[in-house]
Amino acid sequence: MYSAEQIQDLIEAALPDAQVRVEGDDGQHFAALVVSPQFEGKSRIEQHRMVYAALGDRMGGEIHALSLRTATPD
Amino acid sequence: MSTEALEVIRKEVAENPIIIYMKGTPDFPQCGFSARAIEALKACGVGFAAVNVFEDEEVYRQGVKLFSNWPTIPQLYVKGELVGGSDIIMDLYQSGELQEMLQNAAQAA
Repeated sequence: MYSAEQIQDLIEAALPDAQVRVEGDDGQHFAALVVSPQFEGKSRIEQHRMVYAALGDRMGGEIHALSLRTATPD
Repeated sequence: MSTEALEVIRKEVAENPIIIYMKGTPDFPQCGFSARAIEALKACGVGFAAVNVFEDEEVYRQGVKLFSNWPTIPQLYVKGELVGGSDIIMDLYQSGELQEMLQNAAQAA
């Protein structure tokens, strides 16, 4: 079981300059908003991949569902 | 996971200009994310291929995740390229880009 805070920590560790907000309290379904200057010039696919990479094998496994929104600061 | 599984997927993606891998079928999606994605696709009014990953778990369940290094289902492919999962599909739908992308792909086919 994961908490929203743990997921937030994992994303922040991988993308230290990102602003991250994760919600969800059932241990399996989460929604995340990740805003990072590193997303500049990258496609949505690449942006989502960067966040998924931070979560590794947990994604689709222990973390059943993560609704993900990515953006660049502006 | 065999290389045959990846070959099956490679062929399907190459042969179908619009194809979605989902949990369940377009009429009976078995996951909220797949349900949302399929509603957006249907609303675009073009034909598309849909593969239920539960139909052959051996091939698809891990296969589609490895195929594009994308950890979740659904996955939409247009003209052989991964467009994204349900969040990206919904974003593109709301901005009108999905309709345009799918209509172009359908016409080119």
